[in-house]
Amino acid sequence: MSAGFHELEEAPPLMTSRLEGDLLEVSMGPQHPSTHGVFRMNVALEGEIVRKLKPVFGYLHRNHEKIGENTSYLGSMPYTDRLDYFCSMTNNWAYALSVEKLAGIEVPERAEYLRVILAELTRLQNHASLLGFLLSDMGAWGTPLMYAFREREKILDLFESLSGSRMMCDYMRFGGCRCDLPPGWMERARKLVDGFPRFLDEFEKLIVSNEILIARTQNVGSLSSELAINAGITGPMLRACGVNYDLRKVDGYGFYPRFKFRVPLGDHGDCYDRLMMRALEMRESIGILKQAMEQLPAGPIINPKVKLRAFKPPVGEVYGRIEGPKGELGFYLISDGSANPYRYRVRPPSFVNLTILEDLCLGHTVADVMVILGSIDIVMGEVDR
Amino acid sequence: MESLEEIKARAERAVPGAKITIVPNPGPANQPSLLLDNEHATAVVQFLRDDSELRLDHCSNATGVDWLDRKVSKKVKVKKVVEGEEKEVEETQEDLFPGYLEAVYHLYSMTHKHGPVVIRTRTKDRAEGARLPSLTPIYRSAEFQEREIFDLYGVRFDGHPDLRRILMWDEFVDYPMRKDYREPDDYEYEPTPHDEVLEKAKQHQSTRPELDGAEKLTARS
Amino acid sequence: MIGLGVLNGMAVTLRNFIGSYFIKERLITVQYPEERETLPENYRNFPFLIFDTDDVEKGLRCVACKICEKECPPQCIYIVKSEDKKPDYMGKSQFYPRVFDIDISVCMSCQICVEVCPFEAIKMDKVFELSRRERFDALLMRKEELAKPNTYYHNIHPLEAAEVDGKLAEAAEAKKKKT
Repeated sequence: MSAGFHELEEAPPLMTSRLEGDLLEVSMGPQHPSTHGVFRMNVALEGEIVRKLKPVFGYLHRNHEKIGENTSYLGSMPYTDRLDYFCSMTNNWAYALSVEKLAGIEVPERAEYLRVILAELTRLQNHASLLGFLLSDMGAWGTPLMYAFREREKILDLFESLSGSRMMCDYMRFGGCRCDLPPGWMERARKLVDGFPRFLDEFEKLIVSNEILIARTQNVGSLSSELAINAGITGPMLRACGVNYDLRKVDGYGFYPRFKFRVPLGDHGDCYDRLMMRALEMRESIGILKQAMEQLPAGPIINPKVKLRAFKPPVGEVYGRIEGPKGELGFYLISDGSANPYRYRVRPPSFVNLTILEDLCLGHTVADVMVILGSIDIVMGEVDR
Repeated sequence: MESLEEIKARAERAVPGAKITIVPNPGPANQPSLLLDNEHATAVVQFLRDDSELRLDHCSNATGVDWLDRKVSKKVKVKKVVEGEEKEVEETQEDLFPGYLEAVYHLYSMTHKHGPVVIRTRTKDRAEGARLPSLTPIYRSAEFQEREIFDLYGVRFDGHPDLRRILMWDEFVDYPMRKDYREPDDYEYEPTPHDEVLEKAKQHQSTRPELDGAEKLTARS
Repeated sequence: MIGLGVLNGMAVTLRNFIGSYFIKERLITVQYPEERETLPENYRNFPFLIFDTDDVEKGLRCVACKICEKECPPQCIYIVKSEDKKPDYMGKSQFYPRVFDIDISVCMSCQICVEVCPFEAIKMDKVFELSRRERFDALLMRKEELAKPNTYYHNIHPLEAAEVDGKLAEAAEAKKKKT
């Protein structure tokens, strides 16, 4: 039996329970409306200023990785939907991509195109709702959130008519996708993509020049590019610091090298840049979507050689990653040749991005903590797993 | 990017005394890894990060793997004296490979946009010797992930600034991701009509000493 | 001018507010349960069992092969195979499930049982108003509740059902030719 926690050397206390000078300890969360799920921060305050901040999580922990080790490779696919429940399509893709790498499976062209289309739609709805949530954290209660959710709803309707479920899509399979597009889907998707820039224009008008928003976000939670790289920050948060690192360009997975798009970069790394990064990325996503829909070829949707049941990849290990809407989403799999993975590991972007939460918040007020947390873009289903 | 052999040779030159082994990876993925010795792991990783050609500045993924004790039996031909004459007799030998815990890191370079270089470190055993050097002083991104390895696998990271449980609660005993972890069945018991849970809970109840004649939990059949 | 940005934003909300009276796209909420949206064809919720002809017992396509039970990720299917055989709707002697239960409080609607079923016997239902007063027994669907006729399947998934029927007819034809 392994040694218990208490037998080991004394662990440092979570936070001293006495008052240190004038510091006041506040436990923010776990049931706070702006903490994006059950997330707690133990904050030491000096007046309104944050002097210390320790994130506490695990309230949603269900040991996803253990479940993954105890089910078959296919059986983990629906569980990946529940990681980051905003972006089930990209989670599916990351997992499918890793298993395909592990077993050396080719994916038909049409399936790859569909994956790109669905991943970009996911990015649109994730970023749109993030902007809404962030504004609602700042006190602009329902209005912008509802505008964002209106657009998200249209995308979820598309997901529903394709995969049967709005959020738990479970759409991708090893070597392709589960089913082909239903009739009329493409026309609806085209209409949505064509109408999306109008929403973006309107939304940007609503927020970009708003003086209150600028005062609340500019120079709040600035992150230097050195720290961002060292702390493994990925996704829009990294690019807001001016680091040009987008896995769609770097790894060139899927068919991304076939599409023309730019990678938006910020230069201050503050909340405002992070917010605008999402708006700009949505514009690029629309561009990718238009190209992909134009080029979508006919053909098979799934590699017929891949067995659905009793799928056993060869012995080996793999780390596969994609650029999820929140950052680098990776799956590390070790196969021992049996039907279950020996090791199944998820590299969740929002979990790693939370590493520097304390660094960002120190010296800011309590109200800013919520804005900073909102701009990191976390989903607890993924952080706690 | 240079090959793993070249990286190994250069790292061994840069860090005197470092022992690096290449762990092959069969299968189509072909991501072999470098096994570092615990004494020089931090120095080697520091070299990998700061070397101008490699610049592996992005530690993407850090995770633990549990390898149990393995028994491999093989047949060996042994010369033996049987009934006065020497004969070759087949015997089965059992080799015991002691188990260990592993920490695996996936390093990429954001500057040169190459990677991954997979590095792994191994503990001596799965009990008291489950200690590894922490890479958090070199990569901040390992901070939470090493805490997670400690939490779920029970690897003590020397040099980690804040090694506490992260996902499980602080009072939790044992490490749930280990392969020999047995989940207790006395909490979160919920009778689902057709479930192993119910069976297991029943077993558990029968072995539990009666609480001075107190209520027996009635499991629904 | 300070405040212009705020005014600009206000103009957007005003436009949305007035627009919601005239443009349908700006007001997309539906007053459930009075109003209902039609569900898309692919919508899935919980699985059900298909039977052909009019007789539930005779026509049940399931042959209790237990593949779905084994593949189900959250392990919510429970099957007890019969000891005897009886002719199925095509006249072939087959095992049948003596007990077929799905615990829909555990089911996560992943559709894997449907994909792995070699007999087209289990399909996804579209019923979603399943609230119950009790958590355990009431949400355990027995064989009698799960079994639904093929015509029902045609009703909820017309395109898919037609395709499945075609496949089955083809297989039956091929078998006839062989014998």
